[in-house]
Amino acid sequence: MADPEIKSYAPRQESLSAAVTESRPAKAVLMIVSFAFLGIFLLLPLIVVFNEAFAKGLSDYTEALTSPDTRSAIYLTLLVAAISVPLNIVFGVSAAWAIAKFEFKGKAFLTTLIDLPFSVSPVISGLVYVLLFGAQGLLGAWLKAHGIVILFAVPGIVLATIFVTFPFVARELIPLMQEQGNGDEEAALSLGANGWQAFWYVTLPNVKWGLLYGVLLCNARAMGEFGAVSVVSGHIRGLTNTMPLHVEILYNEYNAAAAFAVASLLAGLALVTLVLKTLLEMRYGAEIAATRGH
Amino acid sequence: MEVRVANVRKEFERFPALHDVSLDIKSGELIALLGPSGSGKTTLLRLIAGLERPTKGKIFFGEEDASQKSIQERNVGFVFQHYALFRHMTVADNIGFGLKVRHGPTRPSAQEIRRRASELLDLVQLSGLEKRYPAQLSGGQRQRVALARAMAIEPAVLLLDEPFGALDAQVRRELRRWLREIHDATGHTTVFVTHDQEEALELADRVVVMSQGSIEQVGTADEIYDTPNSPFVYGFIGESSALPVKVEDGQVWIADRPIGLSAPHAPQGEATLFFRPHDVELVDECNGCIAGTVAASRRVAGTRRVELEIGGERQRVEIELPVNHPAAQKSRVAFRPRRWKLFPTA
Repeated sequence: MADPEIKSYAPRQESLSAAVTESRPAKAVLMIVSFAFLGIFLLLPLIVVFNEAFAKGLSDYTEALTSPDTRSAIYLTLLVAAISVPLNIVFGVSAAWAIAKFEFKGKAFLTTLIDLPFSVSPVISGLVYVLLFGAQGLLGAWLKAHGIVILFAVPGIVLATIFVTFPFVARELIPLMQEQGNGDEEAALSLGANGWQAFWYVTLPNVKWGLLYGVLLCNARAMGEFGAVSVVSGHIRGLTNTMPLHVEILYNEYNAAAAFAVASLLAGLALVTLVLKTLLEMRYGAEIAATRGH
Repeated sequence: MEVRVANVRKEFERFPALHDVSLDIKSGELIALLGPSGSGKTTLLRLIAGLERPTKGKIFFGEEDASQKSIQERNVGFVFQHYALFRHMTVADNIGFGLKVRHGPTRPSAQEIRRRASELLDLVQLSGLEKRYPAQLSGGQRQRVALARAMAIEPAVLLLDEPFGALDAQVRRELRRWLREIHDATGHTTVFVTHDQEEALELADRVVVMSQGSIEQVGTADEIYDTPNSPFVYGFIGESSALPVKVEDGQVWIADRPIGLSAPHAPQGEATLFFRPHDVELVDECNGCIAGTVAASRRVAGTRRVELEIGGERQRVEIELPVNHPAAQKSRVAFRPRRWKLFPTA
């Protein structure tokens, strides 16, 4: 018994019906407005960044990037991302798993809570840590007595970064896991797999592209965060300055070339993220949940 | 493996999905759970599998109480309605999954797993598709891979949830016959859920008719169709016509006329008369019959269905006539059901 109906699964091209397309002049105006807007507000600044960075030539550019303070800022930024991104993967996968696969009280509350960092100004989240861990703060005395330094040091920066970036992975995975339901996991269990095997062989592969997408956005934000980090860092050169903070300091010192050199690295990171994100969306769009627009 | 469901009750957040259900499934039997949606048939299947735990009651696999065993310990092959194939694995990896996740000495070598997978693919007539991904298969092929995957673990019981529900009519019929052949060849005790009575009656050794969380009747296709034991089964299985009647002096009456059916053992009083539209005998002389006026007539394949209005109450019943029967055009038709059953009106 052969099945004659092997279908091809090419993605369907949505064609626009004639009724909803605009007249030619209207189209032209809309496109000019969009492109002009993006050009002036996004593309132009980007060009300026690179232009300023190389204004004094390549040697000054490399010199600016290799100065000890800059190197320490780059190192700190990488360190903060290297700690906060994996933690957010663990948190994001756990939260998404709990919300998508179980029923429990307080689920709606948890879902809302995850979105909190998006709705709160990063400066506030920084201030919260100051109030909590600062010398006059709630836990300040206790921390000081035990010799634990959080504020104006690396731990504070990591905490603030985690706070700001934790929605990215979870928000990406929750709709994806909800849509996929429990069927595959139930099938794995019925075949004798234990919970860990079901997660490793079935759940994780099912969400891997969505997870990667979330990690990408999370990483970009972790490296680029300014507001929350600025409040808790204390701006100690060579010690608690991340790249965005370092850019500000250099700029305030009228060292425009160096400031833009470091800024160009951040801009480069943004461009790489954008390219990877676009590639992921092109290749695995169907598997990445429809939660674009972070 | 024999499966015994003993007085099982299942509630979801206090909403009862099954009330006190008991069922004996014989070893090697192919059994269908049939009912409308919300009848609890899928819940019963998932309880047998261990995907749900009963609120009350027990489930035995052979002599052993399986109620508190996890789904992994029960060793059941479960085929899901939408197949639940692992989309990132090839067909061969899907089938081999149950063997790959075993621990210690019970886990076969990779080579052995491959061999088993291709053997099962032969059985489900899909040899050569080992390296395909589920997205590259048709619905019918996916269903067969799902079955092969479930059989790979040599399950004690094979459970199928609406196995053909997502397929189109022709593929359904083919797969139905094929499932019966596979069952006869392998001898697995098999339980499948369906809302399609044709599927249940044709395929299963015994059919379990369910409604509103209870079992209405268990029996072979013949028993279920010929001797339904409740108004629900009469109405749900096959076509039926129903008329409100009265039982008095061992006779069945409509309004003030006896209709020529004697019911010496039926309780006196109001009742409902059930019969099959095709199982009637037309009579010319009406001394003891059901007579009515033709209200509507429609052609159904090789026969004609007429709707009759009976008596002053204008109750409508449907009966079947040969296409060329003159009664089809007449305005008045008299008939007597050949086989019928009375259920007292509650």
